[in-house]
Amino acid sequence: MTEQDITLTVNGTEHELSVEPRELLVHTLRDDMGYTGPNVGCETTMCGACTVQMDGDAVKACTVLAVQADGAEITTIEGLSDDGDHPLQESFQEEHGLQCGYCTPGMIMTAADYLEDEPDPDREEIREALEGNICRCTGYQNIVNAVESAAEKMHAEDAAADGGVIEEGGD
Amino acid sequence: MATEETDHEDGVQSIDPDDVDTEDILGSAIERREDPALVSGEAEYTDDIQKPEMTHMAMVRSQYAHAEIEEVDTSAAEEMDGVVAVYTADDLDVPGNLPVGWLLDSLEQVNHPILAGDRVRYQGDAVAIVVAEERYQAHDAADAVDVEYERLDAVAHPGEALDDDAPVIHEEAGSNQAFDWEIGDQEATKQAFEEAETTVSLDLHNQLLIPNAIEPRATVADYHPRTDELELDMTSQNPHVHRLLMSGVIDHPEHKLSIRAPEVGGGFGSKIHHYADEALTALAAKDLERPVKWTATRTETYITDAQGRGHETTGEMALDEDGNITGLRVHTKANMGAYLSTFAPSIPTYLYATLLSGQYEIPTIYCTVEGAFTNVPPVDAYRGAGRPEASYVVERLVRQAAREVDMDPAEFRRQNFVPGDAFPYETPVAMEYDSGDYEKTLDRAKEMLDYEEFRERQEQAREDGRYLGVGLSAYIEACGIAPSELVGELGAQAGLWESSVVRFQPSGTVTVYVGTSGHGQGHDTTYAQIVADKLGVEYDDIEVEEGDTDEIPQGMGTYGSRSAAVGGGAIVESAEKVIEKGRKIAAHQLEADPEDVEFENGGYQVAGAPDRSMTIQDVAGASYLAHDIPDDMEPGLEATSFFDPENFVFPFGMHAAIVEVDPDTGEIEFEEYVAVDDVGNQINPKIVEGQIHGGIAQGIGQALYESAEYDDNAQLTTGSMQDYAVPKPSHIPEIKTASTVTESPHNPLGVKGVGEAGTIAAPQAVVNAVVDALEPFGVEDIEMPLTNERVWRAIHENGGGD
Repeated sequence: MTEQDITLTVNGTEHELSVEPRELLVHTLRDDMGYTGPNVGCETTMCGACTVQMDGDAVKACTVLAVQADGAEITTIEGLSDDGDHPLQESFQEEHGLQCGYCTPGMIMTAADYLEDEPDPDREEIREALEGNICRCTGYQNIVNAVESAAEKMHAEDAAADGGVIEEGGD
Repeated sequence: MATEETDHEDGVQSIDPDDVDTEDILGSAIERREDPALVSGEAEYTDDIQKPEMTHMAMVRSQYAHAEIEEVDTSAAEEMDGVVAVYTADDLDVPGNLPVGWLLDSLEQVNHPILAGDRVRYQGDAVAIVVAEERYQAHDAADAVDVEYERLDAVAHPGEALDDDAPVIHEEAGSNQAFDWEIGDQEATKQAFEEAETTVSLDLHNQLLIPNAIEPRATVADYHPRTDELELDMTSQNPHVHRLLMSGVIDHPEHKLSIRAPEVGGGFGSKIHHYADEALTALAAKDLERPVKWTATRTETYITDAQGRGHETTGEMALDEDGNITGLRVHTKANMGAYLSTFAPSIPTYLYATLLSGQYEIPTIYCTVEGAFTNVPPVDAYRGAGRPEASYVVERLVRQAAREVDMDPAEFRRQNFVPGDAFPYETPVAMEYDSGDYEKTLDRAKEMLDYEEFRERQEQAREDGRYLGVGLSAYIEACGIAPSELVGELGAQAGLWESSVVRFQPSGTVTVYVGTSGHGQGHDTTYAQIVADKLGVEYDDIEVEEGDTDEIPQGMGTYGSRSAAVGGGAIVESAEKVIEKGRKIAAHQLEADPEDVEFENGGYQVAGAPDRSMTIQDVAGASYLAHDIPDDMEPGLEATSFFDPENFVFPFGMHAAIVEVDPDTGEIEFEEYVAVDDVGNQINPKIVEGQIHGGIAQGIGQALYESAEYDDNAQLTTGSMQDYAVPKPSHIPEIKTASTVTESPHNPLGVKGVGEAGTIAAPQAVVNAVVDALEPFGVEDIEMPLTNERVWRAIHENGGGD
């Protein structure tokens, strides 16, 4: 099949490669480039295990063609932080928000994008935000705890960065 | 160790292991050491593995549930780009017959070929395999294999399959009856029903479920022709069991076959069994002398992963005039699917009917089970495996019986519980319960729910046209199944011991090798906690190795909530042997009698002489130097154990749900879900909590959302995650947990197993709550899953809701 040249910037590194037009971004990342953090759990854009960020937005890499991502900046779980110490990565460990870990990269990448837009969500909102990510192990409660706790940490970090005092939640 | 009763309504708080002293580490809710690799994408799952010259395999599977294969034409596929090889059943020159590992007297053993040659018996039956250079090429070529079928009538449900006019799936068996099995006392039970003051009866359907580990099954096989070594990485819950079975299936010597389970993304039973796929991957790699990778698509997992449950049951309960249960009679037709999977015959028999006494003192029980071949994928263990089905029958009948005798269901249960002073308690269905205190979990759950207040609130709400209900589930689970001699008598073709090696390195660090194989349960953490406690060695100085037949001498794997009870026991025994050997070395070096050398907190000390002491790490160093050890002793400090417990362990508890049902829409909303579990001692309460949460989510999934549905042609109509409702975050309520602790006497840790508890407990808690809510409409039962439509119909068929 004819291949097409594309450029992908993954976790800050630019790559030039040739892909079949039908190739899914998740397979390009995993099989061609070795970014195996995003996992494949279904073929129907339901489970979210393959979630990465494309130009800052969480997308399911099993429903994006690699050619659609031409020129895009992709962040996978491997690139979310330098030392695996993003507040979400820490909170998932502290709150036991993972068991087998297969859904976790996608879960964290979705949550990271969500918390950018919604820094102070309540538990119900967190559950809604994670509708597109299925976990079969945890029953979700500790995932919600982890996202809630990460939001608090990020809120505190932002406040500290602004040189301000941490404010109590508005509601 | 005896952990305390705990109350975690706000959740267990994790602790950084660095903040815990070694002597306190057992029982601490420390964060898991597995997690840094898992949250950063570093963990390696099977499909992550790449090898030089690796090829990809795809399966050609039947599109029909039942058909004769007329012709398989692979010529077009063979011509396609990148195709390396195409194989059909004719190309195999190995036994290629998947074995069944649990026999029953009446069991009809049928052939289970890894590639179907003349007939396909379910939709996922593989007809051919294609190996190609690239993943997409393999799937393209698989699509190009042309198979001509002559369709046959198909049957999906056990009751229909056992009818005289049903299409016969295995002609050599003569009918679709896989087995006919019974337990208990038929005569005494008949008499109990004749003498009963009143009886209740329910027809209960425990639907087929798809396990849905989020990681699909996968295998990477690599063959080294010069040494005849065949190496497999695969999604396995039990690599040693897979190795033993596969060595026969593909006729490759066991010692030249190595199986490693890398990181495994959930199993829930579905990765116990030996499937055709991994054998075919191995055969292809061997034939081609190149690495071969096969990874199931989600669609494939839905039509090939062994499914769970699938019972059609009639249950009857006999009662006296005081509301005491006097007898239980159960008849079940169990769906076995198209072939007998690895442990399939044990699930609807010994793992099911032996639990029918529940938490109750029932004088007599009689149960018959007919296993039925059908045209659905093989049915085998799925989280709970037989025990959820039993608990469902018992707890639904108890709810119905309480209503019949006009007692509150909580008090009806209390009256019929096995009393706390009756343990060990022998049931009429061959179990001896180790320990328990059922009233305590009931009381705790009632307190958490504010049960009495709820009943008043429920009454008031009904007057306002709102329908609230509370459902209780007093569950019991048997796990850590053992001893081997007993399971052998019951038909197991394997022992159910567990094995470990505890090995000191000369520098004083420790590696633990154990034959269980975790896939999300946090074994690296909990086993290291056990060893740190026993040896008094720092937690960080202990490494745990699992899931590799080359590294771990032997093992039976992780399933049936056995790892802590049986694997943990094996680890403790090895650690104790190490301590004893170390004591002799220490005594020798300290010039004392071994009987005078005490071991505590990682140190040996001559009794009464505190200055004459050495650490176990020093002893380890001395044992490898071997310059000065007792004359009759071998160097080194390590020990191997095979732990075969004297009996099962029996976790128990009370789960309870409060729901509100909208009679106009059939919608169900959770107000509360409380779980009071007694899993014996807890090695790590945070991990216990996680197991309980996850189990409950799967149990609620069964109660409300999930079902593998088949049409009249036995075609799966819920064939993707868009059609099969795996619960999403908003489907699962906030769960309040608490625990009581009664230690098991059957293993050195006093643990009971926790992996399946929630899945066993939850379905009937939810269904009982809905039925309780709808009591004013006369609703006595609704079939799972309780979809809005089914609930609405149940209300309206009883003339309600208008």
